[in-house]
Amino acid sequence: MVILRHELKQGRNALIIWTAVIAGMLSICILIYPEMKSQMDEISGMLSEMGSFSAAFGMDKINFGEFMGFFGVECGNVLGLGGAFFAALLGILSLAKEEKEQTAEFLLTHPISRKTVVAQKLGAMMVQIVLLNIVSAVVVALSAFMVGETPEVKTMAILLLAYLIMQVETAAVCFGISAFLNRGGLGIGLGIAALFYFLNIVANLTENVKFLKYITPFGYTESSYIIVNGSMEVRYLAVGLVLTAAGIWAAFWKYGKKDIR
Amino acid sequence: MDAIKTEALTKYYGKARGIIDIDLVVPEGDFFGFIGPNGAGKSTMIRTLLGLLSPTGGTADIFGKDIGEKKEEILGDIGYMPSEAVFYRNLKVREVISFSANLRNRDCKEEARKLCERLELDTEKKISELSFGNRKKVSIVCALQHRPKLCVLDEPTSGLDPLMQKEFYDILEERNAEGTTIFLSSHVLSEVQRHCRHAAVIREGRLLVSGSIEDLGKTQAKRVTARGISAPPALDGIRDTAVHGDTVNFLYSGETKKLLAALSLLPLTDVNIAEPDLEEIFMHYYREEAE
Repeated sequence: MVILRHELKQGRNALIIWTAVIAGMLSICILIYPEMKSQMDEISGMLSEMGSFSAAFGMDKINFGEFMGFFGVECGNVLGLGGAFFAALLGILSLAKEEKEQTAEFLLTHPISRKTVVAQKLGAMMVQIVLLNIVSAVVVALSAFMVGETPEVKTMAILLLAYLIMQVETAAVCFGISAFLNRGGLGIGLGIAALFYFLNIVANLTENVKFLKYITPFGYTESSYIIVNGSMEVRYLAVGLVLTAAGIWAAFWKYGKKDIR
Repeated sequence: MDAIKTEALTKYYGKARGIIDIDLVVPEGDFFGFIGPNGAGKSTMIRTLLGLLSPTGGTADIFGKDIGEKKEEILGDIGYMPSEAVFYRNLKVREVISFSANLRNRDCKEEARKLCERLELDTEKKISELSFGNRKKVSIVCALQHRPKLCVLDEPTSGLDPLMQKEFYDILEERNAEGTTIFLSSHVLSEVQRHCRHAAVIREGRLLVSGSIEDLGKTQAKRVTARGISAPPALDGIRDTAVHGDTVNFLYSGETKKLLAALSLLPLTDVNIAEPDLEEIFMHYYREEAE
């Protein structure tokens, strides 16, 4: 567990900053809910006139005036997009940074297998994602309590779990790509996270490209579906889990035989 | 047992040459120099031996174990010092040293403390604050703190000041006397001549020659410095001539009797005939191979 501990230490500051920003923004979103609620008639009228824009964010299927509806759309975007960016950065930098910063030569000339390196880096990545999501969940619960709202526990848990799985998938896909890079992949990571997010928006806009929801992990984090059905959309989730496994497998396969120059 | 044994070891980067058909034997307990100019393939050879690169062809054994099959076991016996001493910039020196020991699952605190003391290394400084020379010292500690059976050192003294170079070689000599095999690459021939018992020369990816320093240095050539003349005597076998005022310096390969006879006819005020140093021999060796 030496590399796992080392990775956690190396990523500590970034984790604290990302967690503080995401949890802080979630908290702000929830704290402004009472004020939003009082203006809900006006907001609902405005949303109904926005047509496909509302559909793009799933606001046409849920009641924005209820806490879960408000949370699903507003807070979902914060945790979804913010978490995806964080996960993508973790994944894309994890293996490639050792070569970019020329520390791979130091690390890989110790008596540890490449598989161990990949496994412990993967473990560290998952621990960081889980920690960010636990803190975010606690902040959500405390903020909801502060504004006197009692969210539906099961729906909220599924929603938060969906965001966690989405982040794990994003990180795993980027992790797999990271094994092929020998320079930093910051742009690639951010690009993938943004691409996943916008693919879901496009898929929501028109039925013709609904298939895009199979590609993007945001497909199964759709709050309107989760709130209405009480579960994630299994077909999208299943593809997501396959992509997660593929990303992890690619990382082990490529890094195990890669030339470190 | 041989510490290192390679047979037809070859590494290509796509179509680009790395090393070609290297047959090399380094006996256990040897102090071995691996000599070659920049880009000759020294680092490729070392990185292949350490498993950072997969060989395109051939075999390599370290202490009788195949590098492909027993890599982790082999790396446990090796202390490696790369030519570029790069570490995690945000860590302190002691954290890097301790991380390296932990990766080996060894407690090396006492040995690390002794090495840091001898190398005058401040362990509380951050890596980002260190000069290249001081990062090299960190590299030395990481390579030696677990008392490896084989030290693989790639251009180890670049960046170290002369005093530290001496201390470093003193440490290596002590370790070698205790049985540690030293394999170092260098393009500074004088340090190889001074410290190594055996050496191999690599050029453009191929091994040119391997043997004892004594045998490699044997030559019929003499370095002649003559004063009182403005041109060398008219003899076959004279090359590498330099004229400075009334002093002529040249390398002569041929019969000593003929040289002395030719010099005796010239109005010399002084003459010096000496063995060329190893560096000179290798430079000529390179040129001859290139021609």
